[in-house]
Amino acid sequence: MTLHTFTVYVEDRPGVLNRVSSLFRRRAFNIESLSVGHGETPGVSRMTVVVATDEGGATRIKAHLLKLVHVVRVDELTDRPSIVRELALVKISAGHDNRAAVMQLAQVFDARVVDVAPASLVVEICASESKVDGLLDVLRPYGVIEAVRTGRVAMARGSLSAPGAARAEAVVDEGIAYSV
Amino acid sequence: MKLSGAEILWESLVREGVTDVFGYPGGAILPVYDAMLNYPIRHTLVRHEQGATHMADGYARATGRVGVAIATSGPGATNMVTGIATAMMDSSPIVCITGQVGSRLIGTDAFQEIDITGITLPITKHNYLVTSASDVAATVREAFLIARSGRPGPVLIDITKDAQQASCVFDWDAAAPVFSGWREAAPLDPAALDAAAELINTAKRPVILAGHGVMIAGAESALRALAERAHLPVATTLLGIGGFPASHPLNLGMMGMHGEAWVNVAIQESDLLIACGMRFDDRVTGNLKTYARGARKIHIEIDPSEINKNVPVDVALVADAGDALRQLLHRVEASDRSGWLARIADARGDSAVRDIQSLPDNGHLYAAHVINDLWRAVGAGDTIIVTDVGQHQMWEAQYYHHDRSRSLITSGGLGTMGFAVPAAIGAKRARPDAEVWAIVGDGGFQMTMCELATAVQDGIHVKVAIVNNGYLGMVRQWQEFFYERRYAATPLSGPDFVALARAFGIHGAAVSTRADVLPAITEARRIDGPSVIDFRVEQEDTVYPMVPAGADLDAMIRRPSPIVESASD
Repeated sequence: MTLHTFTVYVEDRPGVLNRVSSLFRRRAFNIESLSVGHGETPGVSRMTVVVATDEGGATRIKAHLLKLVHVVRVDELTDRPSIVRELALVKISAGHDNRAAVMQLAQVFDARVVDVAPASLVVEICASESKVDGLLDVLRPYGVIEAVRTGRVAMARGSLSAPGAARAEAVVDEGIAYSV
Repeated sequence: MKLSGAEILWESLVREGVTDVFGYPGGAILPVYDAMLNYPIRHTLVRHEQGATHMADGYARATGRVGVAIATSGPGATNMVTGIATAMMDSSPIVCITGQVGSRLIGTDAFQEIDITGITLPITKHNYLVTSASDVAATVREAFLIARSGRPGPVLIDITKDAQQASCVFDWDAAAPVFSGWREAAPLDPAALDAAAELINTAKRPVILAGHGVMIAGAESALRALAERAHLPVATTLLGIGGFPASHPLNLGMMGMHGEAWVNVAIQESDLLIACGMRFDDRVTGNLKTYARGARKIHIEIDPSEINKNVPVDVALVADAGDALRQLLHRVEASDRSGWLARIADARGDSAVRDIQSLPDNGHLYAAHVINDLWRAVGAGDTIIVTDVGQHQMWEAQYYHHDRSRSLITSGGLGTMGFAVPAAIGAKRARPDAEVWAIVGDGGFQMTMCELATAVQDGIHVKVAIVNNGYLGMVRQWQEFFYERRYAATPLSGPDFVALARAFGIHGAAVSTRADVLPAITEARRIDGPSVIDFRVEQEDTVYPMVPAGADLDAMIRRPSPIVESASD
C-alpha cells in the first residue's frame, strides 16, 4: 500500500463530486486527500485525489473513474515528476512575549503571517504535505488554536497536454479501450 | 414544434424504438401518463414497481433491446431499487423513468419526494435529474446510449413534474448526445492478440470460460468457431448458459459453486483459462488462492475495471467479445487436444451414476425430475425459461439443457428472489411467439405473485412452474451443511396455489408424483392463457455438487453415490 495521486478532470456539473467520492466509498478505497477547483479549461473542474492502495488498486481506480460519464480524463501522477502542494492556515496562541519566536519559526518554513491579534497569530503556508506537518509540529508547543488544510493539489512537471487534446492519447497509452 | 416535456419524453422514447413500457402511475408522473395515450406505446400495468423493473429487465435479456420501466416519485421510485440493482449486477440494459416533485419543492421533504438519483447512484450506470423540459430529449438519447453501450446496465431518469408540464421546442437532431466522458473502444493491440493466440496454441489443457458477455455481444458463433477450431472445451457461468449449445460435445456445463464436478476439476487442472465476457465472481472461483493455480489466463472483457479485479491475468483483451474472438480465430491453430478431452471425460467418472436422473423411481417427486421433464417437453422449441433464485435455479442450470442463446433468464449477480414471474412477463412481452416458463420456488413466488394479475389483465400467457418444497430451500441447505440442521425461519407455508390461480382466473394444477409431471405440463401448454403448476417436491432435497463458500473449487460436496453406499451397507 502506497499513496497514489490522481488528477481527475470532470465536467463542471452538479453532483459530479458526489459521483467521484461515492465511487471510492463503494469500491472500498479510502481517500487520503481530495481537492477540487477550476482548472485551465472552462467547464472542466480538476480534482486531485490521493489514495492509499496497491498497483492493482490504482489501475482499477482509474478504470472505474473512466466509467463515470462526466469524467473527462484521469492522469496518475504517482510515478511522474510532479509538484504537490497544500495550503494551510494555522492560528497560534501568541502574545507579546512569544510572538517574535513564532514569527521566526514561520519564516524558517517560508510561511507568512497573515493576521496578528493581541493574543494570536495566523500563519499561512503553501508547501508539500510533510513541510506543513513540520510547521505544525514546531508550532504546537505554542498552542495551536485552529488549523485548516486544503488537501493536496498536484501538477506534473514539464509539458503535459491539455485534456481535450490528450483524451484519445491518454486512452490508448493505458491500453484501456473503453466506451461507457 | 412546441411540445410538453411529457410529450417530448414519448417522442424520444418512440424514436429510440420503444414499443413497450412497464409501469405504475402516480401523482408526480401523471403528465407523462396523460401524454402516453397519444403515442403508439403498449403499457403494461404492474402490481408493484419492483415488478416493472424486472419486466423491463426480462424484456431486455430476451432480446438485447433496452427495457423501459416507469414509476412515480417517492415510494414508486424506491420500489424500483431492487430491480435496478438486479439489472446492474447482471449488465442488463434498462431505462427507468421516475416522476419527481416540482423542481421548486426539491429538498423540502414534500409529499412523495425522495432523492432517487442519490439512492440509485451506486446501482446505475448513470442517472439524471431533469428539471427542464428542454433537457428531456437529450437526456433520453444519452440514457439509451449509455444503457446499451459497452457493458450494458440500468440508467434512471428522474423528471420533475414541472419539467413534464412545461413546453418547449422539440428538436430531436439537436438533442444528439455530446458528452466528453464518451470514450470509443480503442482497437485491440495486435501484440496482445498474438500473445493470447500463442498461449492458446501452446496450451495443453485449455478451458474457455464463457459468460453473459458472449450473448450480450452476440458472439455465440464466434465463440463456437474458436472452440471448434482449436478443440477448446467450454465451461459456462450461470448467466453464460445458452451462449454455447448444451448439446455441443465441447460444452462442459456450468462451472462454480454448483457446477458439475468434472467442470470444476477441468478448470483446476487446466493450464490455460480463456475467460470471455465473465468476471470471476466468487461463486465461480471458490478460494482465489487455489483457483486454477497452474493456468495462465486470458481475459476477454469489455469493462476494463474487471481486469485483474479478482484473478490476475496474463493477457487482457479489453474489447467486445465478438471482435476479440473473431480476431483471435485466424491466429489460432487447429488442434485436436484429444488427450485433454479424454481426461475431462474421465473426470466425469461416476457422475452419471450419481445423477438423480439415473436413479430408479422411488415414488418421490424430485425437483430435478420436474425440471428435466419440463426440458424434455418444451426444450426443443423456441422456449425461454426464467428462473428465480435458490435451489430450483441451480437444478434448472443442471437439468435443463439450453441449446439456444437468451433461452435462460435468471438473476445471477444480485440473486433476487421474486425475479422470475415479472421477468417472465417481460420476456413474453418481448418475444410473444416464444413459449415462456417461469420456474420459481414457493418462497420467491410468494414475493411477486401479485404480478399474475398483470399477466391476466394484459393477456400475457406465461406458464409458472412452482417448485414447492415448503422451505426456503437453499437457505435450508446451508443450515443443513453449516448450521447443524437448525432450520431457523426456513420452513415456509403458502396458500393453496391451485386455488390462488383460480382466484386470479387462470388455470392451476398440483402435481405430487412423477407420473403426473408430463401430463400437467402438456395440459398447461394446451391452455391459451397463463397457467400455474404447483409441483410438490421432496422437502429436504439438496443441490449437489456444492463447493462451500470460500472453499477450493475442486473441494466440492459430491452427490451421494448409490454404488458407494450400497457397498458400505
